[in-house]
Amino acid sequence: MKRKMAGGSALLRGIIGTALFIGLWQVGTSLDSWTGVSLPIVAQLPPPSSVLDAFLPLIRSHGFWSSAYLSFVRVFWGFMAAMVIGIPFGLLMAVNRTAKAICFPVFEILRPIPPLAWVPAAIIFWPAPELSITFVTFLGAFFTVVINTVGGAEQIDRRFLLAAQSMGADKRTIFRRVLLPATLPSIATGAVVGMGITWQVVVAAEMISGGGQGATTGGGGGLGFLIWNSYLGGAIPKVVVGMIVLGVLGYASSTIVRIMSTKLMPWNRAI
Amino acid sequence: MNSLEHEAVAPAKQLRGGISIRNVSKVYGSGRSSFMAVDSCSIEIAPGELHVIVGPSGCGKTTLLNAIAGFHSISSGEIYLDGELLCGPGKPQAAPGADRVVVFQNGALFPWKTILDNLTYGPVIQGLMTKKDAQNLARERMATAGLSGFEDSYPGELSSGMARRVEIARALLNDPKVLLLDEPFRGMDNLTKSIMHESLLQIYDRNEVTVFFITHDIEEAAFLGSRVSVMTTRPGRIKETIDVDIPRPRDYRVLTSDKFLGLMGRIVDAVADEAQKAFEAGERELA
Repeated sequence: MKRKMAGGSALLRGIIGTALFIGLWQVGTSLDSWTGVSLPIVAQLPPPSSVLDAFLPLIRSHGFWSSAYLSFVRVFWGFMAAMVIGIPFGLLMAVNRTAKAICFPVFEILRPIPPLAWVPAAIIFWPAPELSITFVTFLGAFFTVVINTVGGAEQIDRRFLLAAQSMGADKRTIFRRVLLPATLPSIATGAVVGMGITWQVVVAAEMISGGGQGATTGGGGGLGFLIWNSYLGGAIPKVVVGMIVLGVLGYASSTIVRIMSTKLMPWNRAI
Repeated sequence: MNSLEHEAVAPAKQLRGGISIRNVSKVYGSGRSSFMAVDSCSIEIAPGELHVIVGPSGCGKTTLLNAIAGFHSISSGEIYLDGELLCGPGKPQAAPGADRVVVFQNGALFPWKTILDNLTYGPVIQGLMTKKDAQNLARERMATAGLSGFEDSYPGELSSGMARRVEIARALLNDPKVLLLDEPFRGMDNLTKSIMHESLLQIYDRNEVTVFFITHDIEEAAFLGSRVSVMTTRPGRIKETIDVDIPRPRDYRVLTSDKFLGLMGRIVDAVADEAQKAFEAGERELA
């Protein structure tokens, strides 16, 4: 009961906060026409009202939806690939010293390279622009997923491993039944953070690479491309709409990852 | 036939779990940075005995326990379990096994498993029982330990005292010859501790198992032990082994008897010197 009320008031506060933000935004942008006082930076923004005006026709256009969808697909596959390749790779480095000795230095040199620096190389490497963008998106999440997996697996409380050994577990059983579940919380952290990074990366990659296939086939080209294109066309409210939609999508996908990880780890609520 | 029936049918089963530690030494590291943790330590523990090791911090108690458990190697000497060589010349490290289950200082219940799944872990992964049989047995053990109702809880939801009882029950479900307890009740408040002591003694009286119990706590040592070995400060050697000839079952009333206090006095005398030496050697922690 108490928890429910706390949840309700958190939602209420969230709504109040958002409304307050929009209100301040409106005041900031309208101050010039009301009083003649022009605030720096803020005055250059389109007011929420004109963003709303731009929003309604935009969501009725096909290009918008296919852009959002295209970005989503790139994020999805980039993220999935990062998980599918990154988790086993991280676990391998955590359990096998030789593998770590061989792979880790290379990994550590590649890791600080910003994903966007990969864009030109990715365009050359991959035969299709779609693959290039997805690849860069993948890189954004990959390093985070791997680092979290390795770190988590290496920091497992040794007592769990010894206790399992002491109860007759062999190496395979320890890997499957101790190492994996004990590393899961770190993997989940990596996934949530990685998901956030993929959205950041996909947008920038779309801007740089000119939108991939969608831009040429008229299918939208992704939200990053839509924002950049709107900016070039001087449609600033449309830019802001694109930004807000990105924020909402990013938040939604991180939330989904978080909910899934809670479902996977029911014990974490008890800690 | 499940193992409960087995116990009922054959109550006088052969006592097992005799540990023979002969001249065991352990040197950590090599070259100039090496140090001797245990120096020619010998202890004979009879099957079914509750043997307590007391000594100052860093005296090598846990090193001995780890050697028996198979977590660490020894540098020289031999350790036998029921006449079979666990480790010794040519085989410096014993293979860990469910005949010697360890209960750790801060507890090592798997946080991702429910209490019931924690309890059934050993027998199930070893293929000794079907999951269902193991669960039935676990439920019965939980009932005797007063833990019913927590089957589907996670360890994070239990109090420390409860968690430790579950952990001892988990160890016993493997039907080990030896239970290796490494300061299992450390850090508990006195009230919880005394409840844990009585609970452990009940478990010990019910199960025919040898217990190797490490502690800093002298009262705990005398109350629980069949014999108490006092270890010297590093490098650890056995300074004195004291028989605790107080009949079982014991309860808290023993604690104030003259005999018990006399025994405690003997242990305190033996430990005090070593604690002083350890303290002077910079080991501040006694407790």
